[in-house]
Amino acid sequence: MRYAGTAHVVGANIDTDAIIPARFLVTTDEARLGANCMEGLEAGWVARVRPGDIMVAGPNFGCGSSREHAPIAIKGAGIPVVVAHSFARIFYRNGFNMGLVLIEVGDGYAELGDGSRIEVDTGAGVVRNLDSGAEVRCQPVPPFMREILDAGGLVGYVRRRLAGEVR
Amino acid sequence: MPQTLAQKILQRHCDEPVGEAGSIARCRVSLVLANDITAPLAIKSFEAMGAGGVFHQERVALVCDHFTPNKDIDSAEQVRLVREFARRMGVVHYYEGGEVGVEHALLPELGLVGPGDVVVGADSHTCTYGGLGAFATGMGSTDIAAAMALGETWFKVPPTIRVEIDGTPGEHVGGKDYILRLIGEIGVAGALYKALEFGGAAVRALSVEGRMTMANMAIEAGGKVGLFAADERTLAYAAAAGRAGDAALAPDPGAAYERTVRLDVTGMEPQVACPHLPENVRPVSEVRGVAIHQAVIGSCTNGRIEDLREAAAVLRGRRAARGVRLIVLPATPGIWRQALKEGLLEVFMDAGAVVGPPTCGPCLGGHMGILASGERTIATTNRNFKGRMGSLESEVYLSGPAVAAASAVVGAIAAPADL
Repeated sequence: MRYAGTAHVVGANIDTDAIIPARFLVTTDEARLGANCMEGLEAGWVARVRPGDIMVAGPNFGCGSSREHAPIAIKGAGIPVVVAHSFARIFYRNGFNMGLVLIEVGDGYAELGDGSRIEVDTGAGVVRNLDSGAEVRCQPVPPFMREILDAGGLVGYVRRRLAGEVR
Repeated sequence: MPQTLAQKILQRHCDEPVGEAGSIARCRVSLVLANDITAPLAIKSFEAMGAGGVFHQERVALVCDHFTPNKDIDSAEQVRLVREFARRMGVVHYYEGGEVGVEHALLPELGLVGPGDVVVGADSHTCTYGGLGAFATGMGSTDIAAAMALGETWFKVPPTIRVEIDGTPGEHVGGKDYILRLIGEIGVAGALYKALEFGGAAVRALSVEGRMTMANMAIEAGGKVGLFAADERTLAYAAAAGRAGDAALAPDPGAAYERTVRLDVTGMEPQVACPHLPENVRPVSEVRGVAIHQAVIGSCTNGRIEDLREAAAVLRGRRAARGVRLIVLPATPGIWRQALKEGLLEVFMDAGAVVGPPTCGPCLGGHMGILASGERTIATTNRNFKGRMGSLESEVYLSGPAVAAASAVVGAIAAPADL
């Protein structure tokens, strides 16, 4: 898959309280959560996002609580992909389960400046900064996670399991 | 091959041989947990999966503890949804109202988790049960929905960091101080994707409650689990909680660790984590005098009876300073009742505290102690992220119960010895 959009850079150790503060967890609605995406980082942060834009983050993105509302809020804000140095583990699982594409690039994230136009090519395993021409390699998706993605996420995977289609 | 605690526990629940760190293990789960915030999403996913019923009616726990007693209409609707699902599915362990406590204090007390179990919960502090020797970890709601439907889940076998804690602690230094000190040393991503396995003389001397306090914050170092061997203390705790058939559990000698971190707690001061990350840890003497507006004693980290005793010992015969709101939330109805019997609640009331119901409430900025801009709190909770307890312009300092109590009396961060 290919994604292209403007990079919105956030820092290191962005926690789930920053992504979606607990006071907004009284709903499971994607649009309502998306309207408050990153509200714990900066009031009104989401106003800068146009659908298809890409979030770029430092190490340990999504640390803190297990709230699945966090990846849902990011998707709800219109962001299909997060490119980060690294992700916190619960968030990483949640992202895949929710169909939010997560790309781990290590130190290469520094090449993806705020406001730059970037392109993510998951097939080629590369992230490009279209403004500077920089190319960053990304980690391949682990095989087991691919099985879940192939089923359209965890919900689809379990549906197939329950229907006896896969073991 | 000698196994770490993580490998050993996973193996008990896995039909295939559990491999090296990094390999995938599919495991049966002993218990699946969700709360009033995460269960509604799990139920949505569960239904989308087309699941007709939960895998086992006694192995699913639904605990409405975060925004309860329901703080507003939206949270009441969420709890109603969970309640109706529990009834429809015949879930035995559904808790709200006078039966509910903070999940990670409640489930061990009820004997629903114990040594050797694999527990998954839609709550990041599910790792608390590592204090009992359970491989317990937090996941998102959809992972939990899958586990509720299938009775199994998958893990990447984590590499293990061994943490050896030795020495003899001074007065008012305990599990919370050890774990804060460790997080200060290895950082909030220091154990990312990894297991922490605790051992050493100071850990063996620690109560099971103290171990749960430490395991609880493994996630604050990015850890998947925080594991303790199950010894005679663990077995006594489990038996007192009404469990039968538990056995001691320890890692194999010669198991492969990614690295070993050593701490000596002899002469260590009580520790405080400063805003806005749990890794910003300093000895209390370096933050002494920072003015506070609120002190919170409670939560899944430090709301157990031992914590309340520690706070009461400091507060006895003293009062919270003018302008400080002291909030005490015993973590379960059992703890509340015990504190009542022991006269601890009276000590708190005499100190000018608000004694509230068991709830996660203020820890996550839910209710019962939200901060305005410019306000600062000290709390025995587990996270001090920006805006965690209210306004983005408020601040949270984390400590153990004795320091929180002493700080309430002084009106500024203080050690019990300062009183």
